[in-house]
Amino acid sequence: MWYGWTGNVLRVDLEKPQVTVESLNPRVAEKYLGGRGLGIKYLYDEVDPTLDALDPRSKLLFATGPLTGTGAPGGSRYMVLSKSPLTGAIAHSSAGGALAMSLKQAGYDLVIFEGKSRRPVYLYIDDDEVMLRDADHLWGRDSIETEEAVIAETHPDAKVACIGPAGENKVLFACIMSDMGRAAGRSGVGAVMGSKNLKALAVHGTKGVKVADNAAFMKAMQAAYQKVLSDGTEHFHQIGTPAVLELTKSLGVLPTRNFKYGTNPEWEKLSGDRLATTLSTRKKMGLACPACPVGCGRVTKITNPKYASSGVGPEYETIGIIGSSCYTNDLEVVSKAGFICNEMGMDTICAGAAIACAMEMYEDGHLPMRDVGMPLNFGNAEAVLQLIEDMALRRGFGNLLADGSFRLASRYGHPEYFMGAKKLDFASYDPRGLQGMGLGYATNSRGGCHIRGEVHDLSLYAVDHWRVSIDRGIKGATDPLRWDDKPELAVAVQDWFSVLDSCGMCNFMFFLAMNEDDCRALVEAGTGMDMGGHKGLMLMGERIFNLERLFNFKAGLTGRDDTLPRRMLEEPMPEGPAKGMVVHLKEMLPEYYRLRGWSADGVPSKAKLEQLGLS
Amino acid sequence: MSKNLVIDISRCTGCGYCELICSFTHHREFNRLKSRIQVSVFLEKQLAVPVVCHQCEDPWCMKACPAGALSVESGESGEVRMIVVDKDKCVGCKMCTLACPFGCIAIGDQGYAEKCNLCHGDPQCVKFCRAGALRFEDPQTSLAFKKKSVAERLAASYQEV
Repeated sequence: MWYGWTGNVLRVDLEKPQVTVESLNPRVAEKYLGGRGLGIKYLYDEVDPTLDALDPRSKLLFATGPLTGTGAPGGSRYMVLSKSPLTGAIAHSSAGGALAMSLKQAGYDLVIFEGKSRRPVYLYIDDDEVMLRDADHLWGRDSIETEEAVIAETHPDAKVACIGPAGENKVLFACIMSDMGRAAGRSGVGAVMGSKNLKALAVHGTKGVKVADNAAFMKAMQAAYQKVLSDGTEHFHQIGTPAVLELTKSLGVLPTRNFKYGTNPEWEKLSGDRLATTLSTRKKMGLACPACPVGCGRVTKITNPKYASSGVGPEYETIGIIGSSCYTNDLEVVSKAGFICNEMGMDTICAGAAIACAMEMYEDGHLPMRDVGMPLNFGNAEAVLQLIEDMALRRGFGNLLADGSFRLASRYGHPEYFMGAKKLDFASYDPRGLQGMGLGYATNSRGGCHIRGEVHDLSLYAVDHWRVSIDRGIKGATDPLRWDDKPELAVAVQDWFSVLDSCGMCNFMFFLAMNEDDCRALVEAGTGMDMGGHKGLMLMGERIFNLERLFNFKAGLTGRDDTLPRRMLEEPMPEGPAKGMVVHLKEMLPEYYRLRGWSADGVPSKAKLEQLGLS
Repeated sequence: MSKNLVIDISRCTGCGYCELICSFTHHREFNRLKSRIQVSVFLEKQLAVPVVCHQCEDPWCMKACPAGALSVESGESGEVRMIVVDKDKCVGCKMCTLACPFGCIAIGDQGYAEKCNLCHGDPQCVKFCRAGALRFEDPQTSLAFKKKSVAERLAASYQEV
């Protein structure tokens, strides 16, 4: 009898086509948990990392965690894994919404798509009945229309994940969308889905999720829930992620004009409070994912006839990149751009970053107007909205943007204008004023990402409720500009997040309130497994993180990819609270490698792999 | 008046925690289909609406039950009043499901009628509603608040002529 997990893996061969159900190996489940961990284990064992990400032999995995679908706060996440077409490294993109819970209720921990369908199809899972259906009539339709159409054709309670035109057109940073605006956003998993001619996944599940120890789970769940009701989450409950802008502004790390500056004098036009009092339709509260006491999701409506539209969002990242880095400084433009990205199924960070990168190259004279077809100065809102649509449809200059800013900047001979790591654009935090973020950007498995090891939380949100801090006697915020303490913290936080991303809960519960022990209590009561104490939990995380590293190295990456753009390493921050700073990666990286048990070239040592059971 | 579940639609975020807790409390599994409270999310209207038994003063379900399986129960303190099912008397005839205008009583997978019994006076769902969309209180209290808020809106729009 399985508790937490369902014990079933659904394998869908799109080429034959054929659907089979396999049993999950309990030993593998206890070693890799679910989500990100179980996903990388299956991917590593089954996919040749040297294959092109869009090759039919590549695979696409939807992975839930053992706590997905339980009453664990925020237990509604799924993780999509594949090789990334944008970065060539591992892709693991997480999304909320109601899909993951439905997958568990239909009885599956993992869905593996392999091969490529000859015609556009979608998969409909109705508990034990699984069928591939024709999707010719859906091809070309946006994500919202697709979701509505698929629900109408399947079941009113069906939950849908799908791609929009961007995924079909293999935009390298296309997302997989669900619940009218939730996204498995980064690394281009939508393009992989498109390359398989798979338009959507619809799930209707009626079974319940059972836990191993009802009394212990109830206790852990109540304790966790009470923690999440803290003051810090009240702010997020009311404002959502846009609340972050005021914090990045106060540290001087709000990306401005393609990360040239970390301060934006017009930041107030983009603030969370401004959004809440203007465009938000539910003023002091958004809509929540299932089982979430925070409910960070915003719903907005623009009445200005120029941009009239409504939808979900914008998130802080969208505001930071499209509002500040592209310097449009207008929440109406940001929201509208976000809506287009949602409809098209495209990562707002990469889309905005590609435009910001092009804007700077244009202003510096490296990108001629005849190539763009319009003036492309910072702040040109009309160009931003036009180009976002063009890149999704791969029209004109948009076709170049659709391959991401790294390829764009390289094409024009100026790769230094790309602001990211491992070809993945930075999120909305300038690492010069957040040294921990700098190390994270450089070393996270999927590239310049902010949510796979949030060491910056210790500075930005003054997180000190994690064991990472408690065990080291850290109280209050760690100094964002100090770098000598960051290697040790980064290793610990990355390992911890590898577990968190595997359990099926949302990481917001953790940066806001919960810690490693809360997570372990829920996993143990939920599944009945013994994680081996805090040490066991951290070891599991380290195993997952190192396996991702092995995947990346087999895919052709090396330690030389653990780096940052020249601007971050050599151009001191020109102004603001982080004035004069560069990222001290040179100082941090060797220590980080040493603590990880990796060689000076960043290769995991034999002894380390043996210790982790990976040799 | 006795305490009851009071719903404030304007505060519901649609997280469905109430459904999960309800099914876990009464069925030992997390399954919204087995929950006695149901939340519908209307994304296009940006609204979420919980629906649960009102514990009617003159219950439709009770009047329709030919087996006498439904009765009114008061909590120990007398502060609550709920309509409860005697599963030994219930024959699963479904008359109650036809009679209830709100769809708040159903025949469960064990063959007898199931409905919200306010967890015998200590409703668990309320404890997991951070937004305050579900409250356990005297409905007169919330009515009084509602009247006051309407009055405030009127006052705000009032201009002397």
